[in-house]
Amino acid sequence: MHPAKSVIIFTTFSGLGFGLLFWLGIGAITPTGWMAFVWFTIAYLAAVGGLLASTFHLGRPERAIKAFSQWQTSWLSREGICAVATLLVMAVYGAGLVFFDRVLAPLGWIGALGALATVFTTSMIYAQLKTVPRWRHWSTPALFLTLSVGGGALLAGQVTEALVLLALAAGLQVYGWITGDTALARSGTDMATATGLGHIGTVRAFEPPHTGTNYLMREFIHVVGRKHAQALRVIAAVLAFVLPVVFLLLPFSHIWGALALVSHIAGVLVLRWLFFAQAEHVVGLYYGKR
Amino acid sequence: MTQLPASTAKKLGLVIDLDTCVGCHACVISCKGWNTENYGAPLSDQDAYGANPSGTFLNRVHSYEVQPEAGTAQLIHFPKSCLHCDDAPCVTVCPTGASYKRVEDGIVLVNESDCIGCGLCAWACPYGARELDAKEGVMKKCTLCVDRIYNENLPEEDRVPACVRTCPAGARHFGDLGDAESEVSQLVAARGGFDLMPEQGTKPVNKYLPPRPKDVAPEFDVLAPFLDPVATDGKGFAHWLDKALSALPGGAK
Repeated sequence: MHPAKSVIIFTTFSGLGFGLLFWLGIGAITPTGWMAFVWFTIAYLAAVGGLLASTFHLGRPERAIKAFSQWQTSWLSREGICAVATLLVMAVYGAGLVFFDRVLAPLGWIGALGALATVFTTSMIYAQLKTVPRWRHWSTPALFLTLSVGGGALLAGQVTEALVLLALAAGLQVYGWITGDTALARSGTDMATATGLGHIGTVRAFEPPHTGTNYLMREFIHVVGRKHAQALRVIAAVLAFVLPVVFLLLPFSHIWGALALVSHIAGVLVLRWLFFAQAEHVVGLYYGKR
Repeated sequence: MTQLPASTAKKLGLVIDLDTCVGCHACVISCKGWNTENYGAPLSDQDAYGANPSGTFLNRVHSYEVQPEAGTAQLIHFPKSCLHCDDAPCVTVCPTGASYKRVEDGIVLVNESDCIGCGLCAWACPYGARELDAKEGVMKKCTLCVDRIYNENLPEEDRVPACVRTCPAGARHFGDLGDAESEVSQLVAARGGFDLMPEQGTKPVNKYLPPRPKDVAPEFDVLAPFLDPVATDGKGFAHWLDKALSALPGGAK
């Protein structure tokens, strides 16, 4: 799959923003007044900034409002609804903290649930796709959720929770890589089933339909990305998990905390790039590629 | 509405004969020609006359080499367009309701004025049947020439998809695959028509007919006896000629 910048930025930063909203919502930290304003601004910048970035990959962003209508079948539509509902609920909760020094706990809990639902629906956009066997696995939503809540814990200064969640996310990621590497082969889809010609013999793509490239090849076939995949996995794991855990285990200082956060975000960006660049779409089989 | 209908009155679709297709790409051209100037946004090209031409097509012809365990390889031309699946994953993922499957005939269409160009339907399609138009920013796909097949302004023989009408080899057939008595259904039954990627669970309406097994030609050649090497027996005119020519300076021995 083509690793589009807008979608990588969207999933990374909205994941982080909704993760922070989760910790704010359950009352892990209850800042008031100006401090509350700063916390909520950070959460909304990340969450809304990410959502806005995601509209850059639309062909017709001016019609984005229509995407809220098909929640009965579409995970993308559900995600949009969850995101907006969560942001509205948490805005009220945040206003209570900023202006009235009041903790509206039930609203906070609803908002926290909404934040989890938003990240879950985002992950299901990918996990639902039979056409991308690597993504169609329970570890996709599990990883999106732990990364989001773990990153949120890091941002909210919840050291113990962050340590546990980052370790869990690291484990899930390694598991996801191991199972993902054989997902296409296990899916049963190959050039023989794609063309239905397997009963005759070995199928080889002889001539593509056009001499040039096309939308399908640009969007779904990303060969270059896999070349350095193993090195990038190590870099991503060190940045997203190892360094933040080391920084958190050092005697507490805000500098270590900030470094842990920066390292984690950089790591998650690399992880997301790999998430797309390594994923094989079955349509590539028609071109004898993946 | 992106909920799929429980069933459709008809299942209009194509039957593509891989035995007959000669890979001329005429269906690709007629498809682009008709669909760029009729239903919906035109099918744009980018850098059409430059070094890296690219464009939107609703129908593309691949060519595959298939190597059997014994014998020579076969070249099989393979046209591919939307299969108008019964269980179309492209429809249910659409967030806006722009993609839909028609109850009356099963055609999968895009309402372009509702499409936001998110591309998720193309991600959900295993066949590469949908292409996002780079100029219009909306998703384009085969309409089964919905603006031809019901068009009473056209002569009756033209009321079939443009690709079917134009195919010089008769490799493309159009009809109701939901009706077991229809010509296309009988063709599928007689020739063992199959689904592409059945394991994806999309239940495609379009069917492909497999190439017929190659027959083995008996060894016959009426000219062969006359073309046998004639100078091996060391007798007659040819032998004398062979010797005489070889004796010339520089002659082949």
